[in-house]
Amino acid sequence: MTIAALDTVPTGVPTELARGRGGGGPASTRTVVAYGFWIFLLSDFILFAGLFAAHAVLSGNTAGGPTGAELFNLRNVFIETMCLLFSSYTCGLGALSAERRQPARFLIFAALTLVLGAAFLVIESTEFAGMVSKGAGPSRSAFLSAFFTLVGTHGVHVTGGLLWLVYMAAQVVAKGLRPQVLRRLLCWSLFWHALDIVWVGVFTLVYLMGAR
Amino acid sequence: MLGRLSWAAIPLDQPLPLYAMGVVGIVILIVLGIVTVKGWWPYLWREWITSVDHKRIGVMYVILGLVMLLRGYSDAIMMRSQQAIAIGDAQGYLPPDHYDQIFSAHGTIMIFFVAMPLVIGLMNFVVPLQLGVHDVAFPTLNSVSFWLTATGALLVNVSLVIGSFSRATWWGYPPLSELTFSPDEGVDYYLWPLQISGIGTLLTGVNFVTTILKLRAPGMIYFRMPVFCWTALAANMLIVAAFPVLTATFAMLLLDRYLGMHFFTNDAGGNQMMYANLFWAWGHPEVYILVLPAFGVFSEVAATFSGKGLFSYRSMVLATLGICILAFMVWLHHFFTMGAGADVNAVFGIMSSIIAVPTGAKIFNWLFTLFRGRIVFTTPILFLIGFMITFVLGGLTGVLLAVPPVDFVLHNSAFLVAHFHHVIIGGVVFGALAGINYWFPKAFGFTLDERWGKASFWCWLIGFYLAFMPLYVLGLMGMTRRMQHIPDPSWRPLLLVAELGAIVVFLGILCQIAQLYVSIRTREQRRDLTGDPWNGRTLEWSTSSPPPAYNFAVLPRVETIDAFWEVKRKGLTPVEEVYETIEMPRNSPIGFVIAFFATFTGFALIWHIWWIVILGLLAAAVTVLVFGWSENRQHEISANEMAQLERARLGLGRPA
Repeated sequence: MTIAALDTVPTGVPTELARGRGGGGPASTRTVVAYGFWIFLLSDFILFAGLFAAHAVLSGNTAGGPTGAELFNLRNVFIETMCLLFSSYTCGLGALSAERRQPARFLIFAALTLVLGAAFLVIESTEFAGMVSKGAGPSRSAFLSAFFTLVGTHGVHVTGGLLWLVYMAAQVVAKGLRPQVLRRLLCWSLFWHALDIVWVGVFTLVYLMGAR
Repeated sequence: MLGRLSWAAIPLDQPLPLYAMGVVGIVILIVLGIVTVKGWWPYLWREWITSVDHKRIGVMYVILGLVMLLRGYSDAIMMRSQQAIAIGDAQGYLPPDHYDQIFSAHGTIMIFFVAMPLVIGLMNFVVPLQLGVHDVAFPTLNSVSFWLTATGALLVNVSLVIGSFSRATWWGYPPLSELTFSPDEGVDYYLWPLQISGIGTLLTGVNFVTTILKLRAPGMIYFRMPVFCWTALAANMLIVAAFPVLTATFAMLLLDRYLGMHFFTNDAGGNQMMYANLFWAWGHPEVYILVLPAFGVFSEVAATFSGKGLFSYRSMVLATLGICILAFMVWLHHFFTMGAGADVNAVFGIMSSIIAVPTGAKIFNWLFTLFRGRIVFTTPILFLIGFMITFVLGGLTGVLLAVPPVDFVLHNSAFLVAHFHHVIIGGVVFGALAGINYWFPKAFGFTLDERWGKASFWCWLIGFYLAFMPLYVLGLMGMTRRMQHIPDPSWRPLLLVAELGAIVVFLGILCQIAQLYVSIRTREQRRDLTGDPWNGRTLEWSTSSPPPAYNFAVLPRVETIDAFWEVKRKGLTPVEEVYETIEMPRNSPIGFVIAFFATFTGFALIWHIWWIVILGLLAAAVTVLVFGWSENRQHEISANEMAQLERARLGLGRPA
């Protein structure tokens, strides 16, 4: 398969070169929107990179307070990780249904994604509440500040993603799977997968390495 | 009810800022009054405030930058005057607390609300025109970016009347910026506006990277893009890669201040040097975000006014991208004195010297472009020549500071102050002023007055040297930066020279105001009817001045670098205009509305007025949701309509 064949976005304009590349002229709206959103997600990764860096610097600075090994329950973290990873799978299935113009199937998968995402948030907030009640809140030590900020920022992203999903589901119901809605859905699913990528980092660097 | 806000926040005991703000307030009221009496509000709302046209947004950015330049300059002249007066027994007229606010505000405003709006404004105006397309990738988002930047500028200036600004310098190092040592709202007046305008800048970065990589005229492969577009691409990639770090860093400091966390505190394991590292991991790329577009302007100016193609286009592109990458590898030279050890300092010292190499290559490219060219000595070319000399010298003092042992001596001295003003004024400011002179006729349809323009150049150049050369010497004599009082009377002569320089720079600013005034008054004689007043080379000169909202009725076909020059050289008539239906974005008030709510939210966050914070955030969220639901954000211009529009436009633009 050639590069040009990979890039066949149905544009209706026959050009020898794919649009948006080389000298092919402006790209299609769908490409532009998805590409721009990817660039935004890259910037979001860098935001997280800053928080990861802070966590790496401060993770040993417990100031006499509890360490990760004393606080983390890896079984729960594993369950919440599975919830999030499977929600990415259902999100992918939902995106495929949307591309095939199957709104009902899309809504089912959206609901599954919503449930899994909500389960993730419930486990995470339970963990947070437990830590705070043990006196291990974010103002206890620099390590806990970094922990709550990094994991919490991811949690805020997941919350935003779920609200966005509900909003998109409402758009699908009200408007159907027209191109504009599909473009917005594409951005949403990119966002949701990106949160998974960040979580893989959190799970590894914060929990697995922190629980030793 | 009003959080920490009370009548005590109005600095009645300090008359100076109140007088200043009184004057500014009266000026604003007069302007608003004129606009209201003349009935200009509907026009302003329709054509500017809600406009998503990249050209209008670019112009608004530049206006914001120039207005804030006046504010930043008044801070500068106040500091210079204090240092010229408060020597020996004299205490000057600024108490330390006020002086500290002024130098913090000066740096913050000059970087975030002068330099950034000027270069982003130029990129906004020029890039889509040079790429030969109708608009940027996300026009409405562009408007949001601008208005969030304006919100930040507004909030910083509110601190003049309500409360006080940060005293913790423009980079707000902890622990000084922590609650323990800065308990009042000052540092919050620094952090929140920069967070808000930072979102705007980040969105600009996303927008322009997408535009340049995905929206170009047919035939414009990467190596046919004008160099300004390359530098804009590099600058915006740096924005995308660097600004989130600043957002994260400020967020951590805010969490320390608002929720009692311990990222950078003295106790509970906080680490202050982490702030320095994170801040400059953004801060050093930031200087290249500013100066790369200026390099782009100079490349266009050099080629146009010497009537030759740019010398070694490819090496210019490579140098730009090289700087783009190296920009992330030198941040530690801002704090060699941190004590990271000889090895680390050596690495960063060497990297800092290496980054001067691609910049040096660029200087040679410009020189060889001018060499044997038919140089037309316009205002922009004077700025180019002034820039080359100034920037080389400033760069050399930078290489000097990149040597860690030297830096240990000169760290935080007036020498350093002289160095970074040398490169920022000589590079960014000269570049922006050259760009404004160069593209003004494209934006408004008439050229700027050359006599006043040249006068402003000479004032800026001479004023700059008078103001900052003494600081090098003073730095070597042992003067540290940010001194509210000068203990050594032998420094007086040099400080007086520096004061004189600042006054000469002010004359330069006055000349620019005169230049604008004279040019507008005589605009009928200086109309640019061809759209190509300088015999330009790139596509922006192939459309009329000012361009129509859609820039090009038919996207130009590009076959070489300097596409428009090639068309003129071959004597090609414009291609037969076979119009197609195009889609243009509709005006949208969303940028203004979101910024409106962001202003209240930011203000309320600074003063801990939580109910306004919640209301403001909700309102902004609802605005986004409403916009996210909307349809018909674009309107079509059909081929027939386009033919009529073009006939009307060309008929007006070129009388038969």
